[in-house]
Amino acid sequence: MAGEAGLEIADLAVHYGPVRALRGIRVTVPRGAVVAVLGANGAGKTTLLRAVSGTLRFHRGGVTSGTVSFGGSRLNGSPATAVARGVVQVPEGRRVFARMTVAENLRAGALGVRDRAKAGEARDRVHALFPILAERAHQRAGLLSGGEQQMLSIGRALMANPSMLLLDEPTLGLAPKMAARIAATIREINAQGTSVLLVEQNAAMALGLASHAYVLEVGEVALSGPAAELAASDEVRRRYLGVGTPETDRPVGINAENAPPDDPPRPVRTLSRWTA
Amino acid sequence: MTTFLELLVNGISVGAVYALIALGFVVIFKATEVVNFTHASLLLAGGFLVAKLHPALGFWLALAAGVAGAALVGALIEFLIIRRARVGSHGVLAIVTIGVDILLTTELTREIGTDVLALGDPWRDQVLHLGPITIAETRIVALGVAAALITAFLLAFKFTGWGVAMRATAEDAETAALMGVRLGRVSLSAWAVAGALAAIAALFLCVFPTPGLDRSTTAAAMKAFPAAILGGLDSTTGALAGGLIVGVTEALMSGYQSQLAFLGRGIGDAAPFLVMIVILLFRPAGIFGTKELARV
Repeated sequence: MAGEAGLEIADLAVHYGPVRALRGIRVTVPRGAVVAVLGANGAGKTTLLRAVSGTLRFHRGGVTSGTVSFGGSRLNGSPATAVARGVVQVPEGRRVFARMTVAENLRAGALGVRDRAKAGEARDRVHALFPILAERAHQRAGLLSGGEQQMLSIGRALMANPSMLLLDEPTLGLAPKMAARIAATIREINAQGTSVLLVEQNAAMALGLASHAYVLEVGEVALSGPAAELAASDEVRRRYLGVGTPETDRPVGINAENAPPDDPPRPVRTLSRWTA
Repeated sequence: MTTFLELLVNGISVGAVYALIALGFVVIFKATEVVNFTHASLLLAGGFLVAKLHPALGFWLALAAGVAGAALVGALIEFLIIRRARVGSHGVLAIVTIGVDILLTTELTREIGTDVLALGDPWRDQVLHLGPITIAETRIVALGVAAALITAFLLAFKFTGWGVAMRATAEDAETAALMGVRLGRVSLSAWAVAGALAAIAALFLCVFPTPGLDRSTTAAAMKAFPAAILGGLDSTTGALAGGLIVGVTEALMSGYQSQLAFLGRGIGDAAPFLVMIVILLFRPAGIFGTKELARV
């Protein structure tokens, strides 16, 4: 299913010192596709993206076996090489340069690009996708709202003209409306020809966007297949979509606390969609 | 009043030179989060090269060689030592830089011996009379050069790719790397720039009215430490303000020493450190430290 040579992760193992984070990972992102990686906290989703973008060493980790290749040749584990090859990561938690202006953040995104004309084109594209970034060009990035910061973070990555975008939890902590906007933007970016590897805890959103998905559990691929098939699978529905068991049919959290005190006792509930 | 004005102009001029040293210090801290104690020996190395080379090359070529040499020494320290030790904590690295500083200074003072080396500058001991004020030409040149260099740096930080890369790295190195910034190059360039600035500062610390370069020049360079720290270690504006505060304080305290006799002799040398302590008591991050909104 590799299609044209996109991103190929083969037999990847990653360790942080003595701690094994990933083992035997095989993930393929064909050119032009959106592929989602689902999994609970600590399953190794972010580690997978770090292995691709070459930032493991910032966390004292390293690839201990296996390969990551893009376009048919290996990525050597340096972030600058990955960017030069067109593989660009949007980090979890947005990580905008808060003390710099919006325009300077976008400029920083183009630092890996030599061609000035291309940087100009990229800026026009980013401004077309996110007009708010043009309006706030001279505002400090730290003063933007969470959703705007996420737009800036994605826009900054697009400044490098990526052919493969790695997105780490782009909707984390955002209001549902803003999350839907980000999802629509990801679809648009993909339609413009950029492949996307999307790591998400919001499984419903991720499976809606992706053509293919992988489920990570404790550092290994537990399930994989076409997104529609996974979305229909009982296991995925129960574990990641929060449906399929009686107690999770209700919205989680608020109702339980607002319930009248004379309600019959219920079993202690956990946020089942986040537990592995 | 005349005395006061003379002291003030002198203080601002020397302060601008301290600001140059502090600027290099801050650039390294921003790029690598290392408190660089080798700064004094970088300065000594730059000055030493100018002093040794000017009889053969002439002053301007010798100055260029001194600047390039100090930049090279800075780059070598980064490349051979700091880069290899990157995984260690920044506190440990700071102590490593103290070790490097002691080694370099020891070797350079051995070379210098008891000599006082002239730097062969074209201004010599000429003075300028501005109304009632008399001021050394070297002081005017120092002020002009320092102001021009500092302005150039502030503009470069704001408007060049190098500056944006430097600031992005200072704020979040991992994310900067994700943008394709090569952190090794940023760090190397920071050390080279700091070396070059230190060499220029060496020139102005050793010309008239100072007799020349000798083994005590490092002590003068040390005054840039309180300048950088009281301004805020990670702020270029802070380096400028800190340099000026230290320079003016030192000049005024030394100038009015006779009125301050109860404080004992040599209060001018101690004053910058006193000011630093007082400022840190009230603003622990320095005047323009990280919490300041108008960072450059």
